[in-house]
Amino acid sequence: MNNTDNTSEWLFEIKPKNKFFSLNLKEVWQYRDLLFLFVKRDVITVYKQTVLGPLWYLIQPLFTAITFTIIFNNVAGINTGSVPPFLFNLAGITVWNYFTSCLNGTSNTFASNAGIFGKVYFPRIITPLSVVISNLIKFGIQFLIFVAFYLFYNFQGADLGLNSLVLLFPLLIIMMGILGLGLGMLISSMVTKYRDFSYLVGFGVQLLMYLSAVMYPMELIKAKLPGYGWLVEYNPLAYIIESARYMLLNVGQISLLGLTYTLAVTITVFFVGLLVFNKTEKSFIDTV
Amino acid sequence: MKKDIILKAENISKQYRLGQVGTGTLSHDLNRWWHEIRGKENPYLKIGDTNDRSTKATSEYVWALQDINFEVERGEVLGIIGKNGAGKSTLLKILSKVTAPTTGSIKSRGRIASLLEVGTGFHGEMTGRENIFLNGAILGMTKKEIASKIDEIIDFSGCERYIDTPVKRYSSGMTVRLAFAVAAFLEPEILVIDEVLAVGDAEFQKKAIGKMQDISRGEGRTVLFVSHNMAAVETLCTRVISMNNGSILGDGSPTKIISEYLQSSSFSQRKISFENSEEAIGNENVKILYAAIENTSALDPDEIIDVTSTINFRLKMVNQTREEKISIGYDLRTIKGDVVFGSGGKFNCCIGMTTEVSCEIPANFLNDDVYQIHIYFHTNGMSQLYSNLELLTFEVKDVKRESGYLGKVNGMIRPSLPWTLKQ
Repeated sequence: MNNTDNTSEWLFEIKPKNKFFSLNLKEVWQYRDLLFLFVKRDVITVYKQTVLGPLWYLIQPLFTAITFTIIFNNVAGINTGSVPPFLFNLAGITVWNYFTSCLNGTSNTFASNAGIFGKVYFPRIITPLSVVISNLIKFGIQFLIFVAFYLFYNFQGADLGLNSLVLLFPLLIIMMGILGLGLGMLISSMVTKYRDFSYLVGFGVQLLMYLSAVMYPMELIKAKLPGYGWLVEYNPLAYIIESARYMLLNVGQISLLGLTYTLAVTITVFFVGLLVFNKTEKSFIDTV
Repeated sequence: MKKDIILKAENISKQYRLGQVGTGTLSHDLNRWWHEIRGKENPYLKIGDTNDRSTKATSEYVWALQDINFEVERGEVLGIIGKNGAGKSTLLKILSKVTAPTTGSIKSRGRIASLLEVGTGFHGEMTGRENIFLNGAILGMTKKEIASKIDEIIDFSGCERYIDTPVKRYSSGMTVRLAFAVAAFLEPEILVIDEVLAVGDAEFQKKAIGKMQDISRGEGRTVLFVSHNMAAVETLCTRVISMNNGSILGDGSPTKIISEYLQSSSFSQRKISFENSEEAIGNENVKILYAAIENTSALDPDEIIDVTSTINFRLKMVNQTREEKISIGYDLRTIKGDVVFGSGGKFNCCIGMTTEVSCEIPANFLNDDVYQIHIYFHTNGMSQLYSNLELLTFEVKDVKRESGYLGKVNGMIRPSLPWTLKQ
């Protein structure tokens, strides 16, 4: 009896130990249809059985921007220069929302998909990736409302200079998405073992917003709180939001050093997240 | 002879940690990590109990699977049987890459698709059609593949009318039909199926089993099939593996392995026998020296009982009362506790002597199930002398059916009734 036991003939092997780093891009590519269908599912099912449907996408940033304008600009008196405060806040919130929805969506990947992950195999990275992409669509819709208000204020005669750097704006958003994805993967992996992280994310993100220059220019915090300005200065998100506003509204400043720092942090976080995620996906079903 | 091995499992083991898994593992994690750094073996791999859920654990770690080795040939339909907790599902989970083995490896020459539980990834808000695409993609099909088969899938599921209705409005049976239909049109070389036949009506079961047979026979694909339905396993599988406490107990032809498995299963206590009335069970009134459920259709009375066997209940008892006339009777109950029937009679039992009685349960009468004898003794005046709720336990096995419906035949009993054809 001859066994045709020639290792080279095996299609694949299931082994216990994971390699230190393995991202099977080929496999992810094979499952691209699944990625697309997940995105489609997320988009069409979010506001099913609601009266306003996709309008909810717009209501949330609009009302937040109105509230911020009243509280921070009218009451607290933050000066936004030549830019109408409402537009200033709307720009910050739109970009910030993309980050938080990426982070919130990906940070419970394992916990909320335990059922499906426990039954079938597909590259797990598809799930957080689909969250980032479907949120990109949501961001696109929210960005349109920003554009509408931008045009509105322009007609009203506000002094709004579109910076030529606006062409780099998509790159900024991609960076934001990758940062959210990386952080989300990292957190989702930790949540499988230590549930504490899911509580941390809940209010942590809210607090982080105040450190991310969403409703104030970065200059202002440095001027007003010299002792604590570094908190914002070391926050890569603050640079993204500040730069986004610079590109869109020509307000504030763009710091090449800050953006380089942000890029470095993004790449590091993404790869660490990927690494931890990879490690977790093989064993999480036993710990969740 | 050259065997075409499509799947090979070598020394598969899987260890689980008992009790609370969570923050408490931090110290173990650190210890494990510290060992890993120094290039030493994981200290927690050395310890561990076998997976027997009924005994108390002595270690925090347990082996759900231990040294599993087997090979599967192309085109084989391999049945995997075993009690709850024997490790069947863990094995399937490893095969379908849902969880990694602790040690060992599985080598495969083909794509493995699993049907661990149908309807995985169905989204209630989406229509049947959208869910076919989503579910198919989760199971590894491309959109193109699904699109080319969508009509067949819808037709097979029999849900055409509701295909554009959200799945949340489906009945559970319809959801299962739809899910199985998607999986049935997958084209992996190896299909892993876990208990799908338990759901769905008879018509659909027939369809599903027919499809499984087509898959393995016609298309030469390999199927791994886990089920508690012995009739289905025996009919469909070409080879069976029985598992117990995380290791393989037997491997071979379905008929042989299934009968071994049923014999070894703890369900049956078909015989009790005692040397003398001191040791015998009973009380000061009645002692039971011997009781047995025998298969009188077979040469060996201890042979497995199936639905076509004539069953004989034999009882030897000692009458220690002062009355000669004793009423002996029993209730036959299913393991769930439903009484199928009661039967009894009055007998003259010489005082202080052994009396033997027997009662025949005809062939083709009981359904396949696990039954218990609840025995009771009364005086002539119906005052109770002794009763034992679980005197004997025995299992009646289903017989192999050629084709068609393979699910359980309904009813407490399964009599063979005369049918006539009138033209």
